[in-house]
Amino acid sequence: MYPPSMQESIRKLEATRQERIRQGKIPLLDAEAKKALLKSFHPDYIETSMRQLQVGPNKGDRTPHELADVLEAWPLVDPKRFDPARPKFTVDVLVIGGGGAGVAAALTAQENGARVLLVTKLRLGDANTMMAQGGIQAADKENDSPERHYLDVLGGGHFKNIPELARALVTDAPGIIAWLEELGVMFDKKPDGTMITIHGGGTSRKRMHACRDYTGAEIMRTLRDEFRNRRIEALEFCAALELLTDDQGACCGAAFVNLDTNELFTVRAKTVILATGGCGRLHIQGFPCTNHYGATADGLVLAYRAGARLVFIDTIQYHPTGVAYPEQIVGQLITEKVRGLGAHLVNVQGNRFIYELESRDITASAIIRECTERGNGVVTPTGRVGVWLDTPLIEILKGEGAVKKNLPAMYHQFARFGIYMDKEPILTYPTQHYQNGGILINDQGETGVKNLYAAGEVAGGIHGRNRLMGNSLLDILVFGRRAGRSAAEKSKTVSFDQTAGFHHLQKFQAELKTAGIPRDRCAPILFPEYRRPELQTPFVFAG
Amino acid sequence: MAKRTSRTGKKKPVEAQPAGEFVTIYVMGEAYQVPKELTIMKAMEYAGYRFIRGCGCRGGFCGACGTVYRTRDSYKLKVGLACQTVVEDGMYLTQIPFYPANKKEYDISQLQPDTQVLVRHYPELMRCIACNSCTKICPQDIDVMGYIQAAIRGDIARVADMSFDCIMCGLCASRCPAEIVHYNVALLARRLYGAKIAPRASHLVRRLEEINSGKFEPGLDRLTRMSEAELSRLYYQERDIEPE
Ligand SMILES: Cc1cc2nc3c(=O)[nH]c(=O)nc-3n(C[C@H](O)[C@H](O)[C@H](O)COP(=O)(O)OP(=O)(O)OC[C@H]3O[C@@H](n4cnc5c(N)ncnc54)[C@H](O)[C@@H]3O)c2cc1C
Ligand code: SF4
Ligand code: SF4
Ligand code: FES
Repeated sequence: MYPPSMQESIRKLEATRQERIRQGKIPLLDAEAKKALLKSFHPDYIETSMRQLQVGPNKGDRTPHELADVLEAWPLVDPKRFDPARPKFTVDVLVIGGGGAGVAAALTAQENGARVLLVTKLRLGDANTMMAQGGIQAADKENDSPERHYLDVLGGGHFKNIPELARALVTDAPGIIAWLEELGVMFDKKPDGTMITIHGGGTSRKRMHACRDYTGAEIMRTLRDEFRNRRIEALEFCAALELLTDDQGACCGAAFVNLDTNELFTVRAKTVILATGGCGRLHIQGFPCTNHYGATADGLVLAYRAGARLVFIDTIQYHPTGVAYPEQIVGQLITEKVRGLGAHLVNVQGNRFIYELESRDITASAIIRECTERGNGVVTPTGRVGVWLDTPLIEILKGEGAVKKNLPAMYHQFARFGIYMDKEPILTYPTQHYQNGGILINDQGETGVKNLYAAGEVAGGIHGRNRLMGNSLLDILVFGRRAGRSAAEKSKTVSFDQTAGFHHLQKFQAELKTAGIPRDRCAPILFPEYRRPELQTPFVFAG
Repeated sequence: MAKRTSRTGKKKPVEAQPAGEFVTIYVMGEAYQVPKELTIMKAMEYAGYRFIRGCGCRGGFCGACGTVYRTRDSYKLKVGLACQTVVEDGMYLTQIPFYPANKKEYDISQLQPDTQVLVRHYPELMRCIACNSCTKICPQDIDVMGYIQAAIRGDIARVADMSFDCIMCGLCASRCPAEIVHYNVALLARRLYGAKIAPRASHLVRRLEEINSGKFEPGLDRLTRMSEAELSRLYYQERDIEPE
């Protein structure tokens, strides 16, 4: 299946395999070497890739152009076309987004006595959560502790994480695993019930829990099933376009469009939880991405306009191992578990160049250096470059059949294109994966806007400047549950305000005008644009 | 969406790379020339479709993009995931809506994993005529009929194991003459297995007791107050790493 030019390099990789096995583990880089590597090769450090925001609560902060373009943008639909006085639904807690964070929040809010409505842009569960393969962290083994987990989280985040958030993350973690176990999530276990756990990049203990390589899918489909069993109300294919605020600036609902009928409508709520996920589909710096179709930063846009502060918006996570070949699946994720199981990263000459389980930003930078400055990348027929992941090595280290057993989803994905990863290596290059930053929250999931909560990838601060594998599936459930609980409790103290409207927009639009933002730049963008330029048309909501 | 005015200038769209050779596909009857190496999903976007439905993960995980097609001069209906299947010359395509399917409501904590529980919730299981249509259509290469037979026998563990790769795309249910909703039966089996049959993790129970007793609070108090320099020292100099 590989063209001859690439096969030549595979021969070199096979020739070095025995020697690499003998060599064992490459030492970790020290703090200085890490800093230098990041500075020279991590995409976040390219000065021209970012600009200072001219409007809003983070005015003056730097962020990638692609994110700035949606944060500094006009409403997609004229707010005057909504009538907040006649909401279509009135509920205690409104949850926006149907991924893991949203569903966990909805379940918990309902458990705490609230009447809940969940509204989501695609189908319930069509979300990044469904795609997570590798695993979920929790310090529940004898040789581990929440303190160790905390130190790993902070080291990964370059010590910039907000301490109270990281603490909530690690403290709630074992409880989250127990909750999932009770709901019937099929974790990988030994016959006596002991969880099978492995390392992830940056972990000091084997605390990655997995469900084969469908961890996110297994969690999402279980939560979704539970959600349906509990008869919580949900609307699918409805996208949030704007938040509603009262004359005090407190959030009191949101405005939506039904994507099938174009109907514009509002929902009034006592409290609102944003769980719209990340910004992968903005394709920052032209990188391909691993995310689902709806990951277009909508939640950040909505919250920012309403006055919520964002944090760490100058740092994006590039997953070190995205698919670089075949072309049809470029950008899709090769889970870290592949390296966790022992596969080496190998250049065109068949040599290793970095310890495989350094944290993600370090590994990604090392791959970029290998392919650019050092010219040691493997070139594909379409002109992409990448380095090998020596997956047949897993069979040698863990026994025959180990690839198919531990990585069935991934095996399947490559086999469709005639590449059998238990026999041949696979080609990889960094891909945009995760937004490290997001809406600033406290340890109850509250944002700076009254009665507005945020949970999951849309929120920021927990992971500092870089997230470790397995802490995101964890964070969406920890903060989804916390936000659900506190939003439900809070809703009991809120009464419906008569002044609901788009009060926050007046101020924001005035700022946009002063800054001279072009009128045709609108957000949220809802979906990325993949049609040819000559076929592109704007969204029209007839209403 | 209004045309995006970005200060980074125009860059190549990442998803639809133009290429050398083209094939002809038919979408809802209309012919389009598309680059031959695109997936059905990317080819339809190349042709000018903007997906609102039938597109989710774009990676073979969510089951949103089940597609039915046939090729020229063939009566045979084929299926695939639009995000994973590469176009063929003369492909006639249609996006199918997701099939409405029944799902039983239950409280998993109250259910017993006995041999009758699956059939009790989904009695239509007994109508399976072993035609194997479900297995033939499954884009995940799951032995669907095999797990349905196991469900009829009440072997929950086997159903859970065999169905694990199911992405709930619904294609099997679209073909079943007995109108079985395979994926919902399988989901119930997996939840029962995870919650009731697999042994619980005892280390988890012990850790929860420790957390509830406040054992880690003083340590975490100390850590959350530490300066970056102190944390950095702990992390780089004192952190021992569990061997592979
Ligand atoms: C390929 C891949 C692999 C990963 N692997 C791992 C892993 O192994 N371990 C780990 O911990 N993490 C992993 N992650 C990260 C993790 O899965 C995500 O960060 C996490 O699931 C995000 O959950 P969420 O609920 O915040 O957002 P999502 O799951 O993305 O859900 C967001 C929801 O909001 C909806 N939405 C968006 N905009 C709007 C709008 N305007 N109106 C209404 N609804 C809207 C979306 O449709 C979606 O339903 C992975 C991510 C990807 C993409
Ligand atoms: S078992 Fe059915 S629902 Fe599951 S993947 Fe196969 S065809 Fe799709
Ligand atoms: S399609 Fe239906 S009837 Fe045919 S084998 Fe599958 S479950 Fe049985
Ligand atoms: S879009 Fe998710 S499986 Fe194809």
